Amino acid sequence: MATATAPARSAPAAAGNGRKQKKNALSDGQSRLAWMLLAPTLLVIIVVAGIPVLMSVRESFFTTNSGVDPNTGMIARGDTFSGLKNFTDIFSGQNLVDGSYGQIGRFWNAFLNTTFFTIVCVLLETVLGVAMALIMAKAFKGRGIVRAGILVPWAIPTIVSALMWKLIFDEAGVANRIIGSQVLWLADTGASFWAIVLADVWKTAPFIGLLTLAGLQTIPAEVYEAAKVDGATAWQQFTRITLPMVKPTLVVAVLFRTLDTLRMFDLPYGMIGAGKYRVETLSIFSYLEATQQRYGPAAAYAIVLFIYVLLVAFIFVKLLGADVIGDSAPAKAKKKRGDRGAKTAEAPALEMMGGNH
Amino acid sequence: MTSARPARRVLIAAASLTALLAAAACGGSGGDSAPAASASGGADFSKQGDVQFWAGKDNTGDVKRILDAFNAQHPNGKVTFRELPALADQQRQQMIQNFQIKNPKMGIVSMDVVWVSEFAAKGIVEPLPAEQFPTEGMLQPVVDAGTYFNKLYGYPASTDGGLVYYRSDLLKKYDLEVPTTFDEIKAACDKIKAGENNSKLECYAGQYNKYEGLTVNMAEAINTAGGTIVGDDGKVAVNTPEAAKGIQQITDWFKDGTIPKGAITWAEEEGRASFQAGNLIFQRNWPYAFSLFSKDDGSSKVNGKFGVAPLPSFTAGQPGVSSLGGHYYAIPTTADNKGTAADFLKFVATDEQQRQSTIKASTSPVLASLYEDQELAKKYPYLPVLAKSVATAKARPKAVEYGDVTLAIQDATYPAIQGKTPADQALQGLQDKLSTLIK
Repeated sequence: MATATAPARSAPAAAGNGRKQKKNALSDGQSRLAWMLLAPTLLVIIVVAGIPVLMSVRESFFTTNSGVDPNTGMIARGDTFSGLKNFTDIFSGQNLVDGSYGQIGRFWNAFLNTTFFTIVCVLLETVLGVAMALIMAKAFKGRGIVRAGILVPWAIPTIVSALMWKLIFDEAGVANRIIGSQVLWLADTGASFWAIVLADVWKTAPFIGLLTLAGLQTIPAEVYEAAKVDGATAWQQFTRITLPMVKPTLVVAVLFRTLDTLRMFDLPYGMIGAGKYRVETLSIFSYLEATQQRYGPAAAYAIVLFIYVLLVAFIFVKLLGADVIGDSAPAKAKKKRGDRGAKTAEAPALEMMGGNH
Repeated sequence: MTSARPARRVLIAAASLTALLAAAACGGSGGDSAPAASASGGADFSKQGDVQFWAGKDNTGDVKRILDAFNAQHPNGKVTFRELPALADQQRQQMIQNFQIKNPKMGIVSMDVVWVSEFAAKGIVEPLPAEQFPTEGMLQPVVDAGTYFNKLYGYPASTDGGLVYYRSDLLKKYDLEVPTTFDEIKAACDKIKAGENNSKLECYAGQYNKYEGLTVNMAEAINTAGGTIVGDDGKVAVNTPEAAKGIQQITDWFKDGTIPKGAITWAEEEGRASFQAGNLIFQRNWPYAFSLFSKDDGSSKVNGKFGVAPLPSFTAGQPGVSSLGGHYYAIPTTADNKGTAADFLKFVATDEQQRQSTIKASTSPVLASLYEDQELAKKYPYLPVLAKSVATAKARPKAVEYGDVTLAIQDATYPAIQGKTPADQALQGLQDKLSTLIK
């Protein structure tokens, strides 16, 4: 971020000090115009994002009444303010379920599932994605077909691929026929977790591949030529040239995938189903609570997830951002700075892509 | 979501006001139930006008037929179809949401049998007074399932009961009687499998994936063994040796392969496909499968080779206890033109309409007389068997928070039938959990 704003900061400075008065007036007018032009967008963002977030924060402090009148069977309707109860209940050890981690609270079960899905999936996707990008970047006959083929999984809507993989992992499905034994992938077993991982990696490794490919294409061919002249092996070229130079792009791609996987919903829900604790993620749990009309706890879980995602994003940007600046030689850093500036400009477009699936 | 809260507050006020008025107006009508029981007991079922009928996807075209028939003879108020998604959960959610925003157009809702308690307790639907909504001639378990705290909230529209489909050709080939108990089924299977020498042929399956079908099948096993989930007094009483016996039966069958291992992931359709392909000797399913098994376009390998029997039990000659399915039509408290809605409810339950739906869409009628009807029995030979199934059927536990109850049952029984937890231990856990949900 800091590197991205650097050129922007220097630009007004270069515009000169002498025209201070005039510039002020001008910028005042511009700022008013800017606000006017931005107003519709800001309004839409406030209405569709800001207000709902605030409302669900408010909702999370309420509990819906559920007591049944013993004579009439009717429920006294309405909500009661319950302070932080919905949040403290997370730690109360109620609502125990039996997932992969023994008898633990349903929230923590979902939390751990979400975390492990994210770690495992993103790791595999990154490795595969980079490999795909390397293949796609090579010039060979039929490259167009390979590129299209790699990108197809990513273009399929998640819920469709969920149902597709459900058929594949059926007890009488293709997967079991290939491995020649009857694994109950869809029966809420340990295998269910890996079925989801496989489907998710299949679907989104191309996303990382695509972004990495964009990064690869910005690496000038001369760098490789120079390395070849110096007698660098293919592995050395990969670790010393390709990886460092593609890293800014890769970090963005991995970040998006991480945030996306943290809120995974449709794949486990569509493929394995509701109430299967070995694959239940926080999003699913929160959704199921909301369908039970327990809006308070549902909102609380969603907010915890929101904070979790925020935290991970923050750590990501801080940690990897610091890394980018820290380990590079000055000449390289300059090259990268430009690169990174380009990347941040690209980010909104990527975000749209990320939000699409 | 939050926007609904002020609406709800207004509703509480309205409901309590109506309750006061109702209490004042009909002081003499209350029997054992207090007058205040009817938060909106004084509902006026006379206002005519157009209403919408909210129900799930119309797969058979039967809804359209009924609406056309109704509208043709009901000029002062038309009913139009508001088609909801096929998934039951989504239908329920849309109905609840539209109740919260007090959509006056939602005039009639089609409730799944398990929603009756929730919709009644939350004041979503009107109680239907007995003098205006007669239930004579309807099957008693069906009426009971539409009742909450001694008041009818859902007017029966269709019902459903479990059946066992069997391969009549194979039974005949090995000179076997139609089995009535679990042991007889297993014995028949052993004989057939030994003779057929077909490695694909499996014995028995129901619905054992972790979803509503599991609750249905586990309730059937428990009730058939003489156990209960919720006793007649409304108290949870599932931790009994009888209930354990029912669960253990299914567990044992999974263990010894009478039920194929893969059936732990089966819902209705997977089992149906297997039976239809000729790979299953017995299958527990709903009546809908009958017409699919009978298809003569080549999609069914068992056309003309299967029969229908009641669910198996533990005592010879005695049928097992089915779980009750079905749909109930109800009038939301927020609806406008409740008169037309009331007329529609009664229209659907008439002999003529019930008969037509049975013929055209092979739904199960709610009127007892139709099960003995010669003309219908000729077309659908399963009707007499189904009549028995429905007549002795038991409703799933009535609970306002039914979603929690059914999940608790699934949580306890799914590991049990996989042999991961012993049946009695699972039921002990279920007893504790349900006791916190049903009071």
